[in-house]
Amino acid sequence: MPFLQLKNLHKTYPDGTHAVRGIDLDVQEGEFIVLLGPSGCGKTTTLRMIAGLEMPTDGQITLAKKEITHHPASKRDIGFVFQFYALYPHMTVHQNIAFPLENLGQCKQEMQTTLLRVSKSLGIEHLLDRHPGQLSGGDQQRVSLARAMVRQPDIYLMDEPLGTLDADHRLALREFIRSQQLALGVTAIYVTHDQEEAMSLADRIVVMESGHIRQTGTPSEIYHYPADLFVANFVGSPGMNLIEGKISSQEQGLFKASSAEIAIPSLAYTGPLTLGIRPEFIYPTDKGISARVSIIEYHGSHHDIHLDTPMGNLTMRTPLSVTLSPKDNIQIAFKQNEIRLFAPKTGHAIL
Amino acid sequence: MKHIRWFILVPYFLLATTPLIWLGVTSLKTQTAAINSTATIIPSTKEYVPVGNLHFSASLNAYQKLAIPSSGSAYSFLHYLNNSLIIGLLSTLASVALGTGCAYGFSRFQIRGAQDWLFFILSTRFLPPLAVVVPVLMMYRQFDLPNTHLGLILLYTAFNLSLAVWLMKGFIDDMPRAYEEAALVDGYTRFQAFYKIILPQSATGMAVTAVFCMISAWNEYGFALALNNAHAVTVPVYFAGLQGNIQGIPWPQIAAGVLIFALPIVIFTVLVRNHLLRGVTFGTIKQ
Repeated sequence: MPFLQLKNLHKTYPDGTHAVRGIDLDVQEGEFIVLLGPSGCGKTTTLRMIAGLEMPTDGQITLAKKEITHHPASKRDIGFVFQFYALYPHMTVHQNIAFPLENLGQCKQEMQTTLLRVSKSLGIEHLLDRHPGQLSGGDQQRVSLARAMVRQPDIYLMDEPLGTLDADHRLALREFIRSQQLALGVTAIYVTHDQEEAMSLADRIVVMESGHIRQTGTPSEIYHYPADLFVANFVGSPGMNLIEGKISSQEQGLFKASSAEIAIPSLAYTGPLTLGIRPEFIYPTDKGISARVSIIEYHGSHHDIHLDTPMGNLTMRTPLSVTLSPKDNIQIAFKQNEIRLFAPKTGHAIL
Repeated sequence: MKHIRWFILVPYFLLATTPLIWLGVTSLKTQTAAINSTATIIPSTKEYVPVGNLHFSASLNAYQKLAIPSSGSAYSFLHYLNNSLIIGLLSTLASVALGTGCAYGFSRFQIRGAQDWLFFILSTRFLPPLAVVVPVLMMYRQFDLPNTHLGLILLYTAFNLSLAVWLMKGFIDDMPRAYEEAALVDGYTRFQAFYKIILPQSATGMAVTAVFCMISAWNEYGFALALNNAHAVTVPVYFAGLQGNIQGIPWPQIAAGVLIFALPIVIFTVLVRNHLLRGVTFGTIKQ
């Protein structure tokens, strides 16, 4: 049995918003799961239902073999990290971190030992006497992580914990979160809209949109084999290039988009569909589809080249060694085994 | 700019303090000096002061007399001050406690028809209180409440509750829910989260609310007059009653009593002044 199981979870708010529309998810012990999706996709609501801060309108939640669907938050053994820290402003850092321990009936000595150990691991032991208001955002989130960790809960739930931090704090804390999670082997559910964060942290990513799970998979599955057009477009920056076209019955293995033809793996399918290709799998060549360079974005390790083609605007990622200038007319080709095809209407992947 | 400030502040200061200074001066006078048509304002330690200059002979007689029952009254001023304190403090305590609890409920929970309830609570303030003196008196008679401390405490609590609920709701609304949610996931019950997290942070709001409730209960006259004739009479009613004294109105005692009567409110306000200042500007600065 999975460590955490969500079964057909629904949440409708009193104002009628149907935020979560039937979520099924199995999480194994020690897994790091990232819920990824645009704002309003229901990822935070899902997390809050696991925490017990929202009650599901339908469905079932099982954690560590216990059915906890309607247990209050205080009766679930969870550590929650909030986006805006939610540190108690009238307490010192020390009191904040000690707060979850205080009603566990531990002796003072034991509490102090745990508290110091956790503070040290986060590098905040010198801040214990301060109040949260006197700390930087990064340090506040460190304290908030310490508060969530100090009780050694069954599961960590994190709601965009790094969303409001500066870039350098964000990277440092991201690394810390992942290394701690691996070291303690604890299960974690992490909500973010930042796909880079999702990719770098997750064992498995759950992509959500309008209350549904669109795809569950490892970062590489999500990136290379998006289950549908939404995932293809949402994951990756920029997302997949999507080209409308069709496969006509006579020409198996050939995808036609306006005047251009693209060789694809042979497929028992005819009719209109959408072709998807990641920017890094488009490359300049001597003989291919003609394209015209419109904009060149420099990204340090590579260029993103915006192209005007007969099939529409495409983005191509090239190594810095490839030198192009705007208005250049070039030929491009697609890496055939990286081409993905999506069915019309449903948008589901068929290749 | 600096000069303009003084031009405004000095007249305002005089305007605000003249009545108080006059009270202070009168409280040191004898009855004859107090009603003398020639105004004297400079206290003097000499027993006899020539007529015609601004000096008068000062004494603390009026203050001493406050401790003994004046003629035609069963109790001294201290008895009435005690009544005012009991009624004012307990009704303030009740208003703030009930108001905070009620406001928390409205702020944090889905309540059917919450907007209507809140409007209803506010609407209890629409009617001039004196319009309901007679019905309240009749109700109170049924329960033997006239002439009791409890009667006025209940009444003032009822009147101040709407203010307390609305003020406290504003404060609690401005407090992020995440604080309590953090306490919930830290293993505390909703009630523990309320008194360990929300209450300490509501101190400012509660101080502001308490000042308003206290002032209103402290100064109330109409109901205190209508519902009492002896035991639970408060200071404002007592002073008003002194005006019918056959020996003339004892102005020095009244002045002395009023100064003492004003003191608790002044002390109370000074104690919570930092909270008050924050309370007045609460919510005006958004991060």
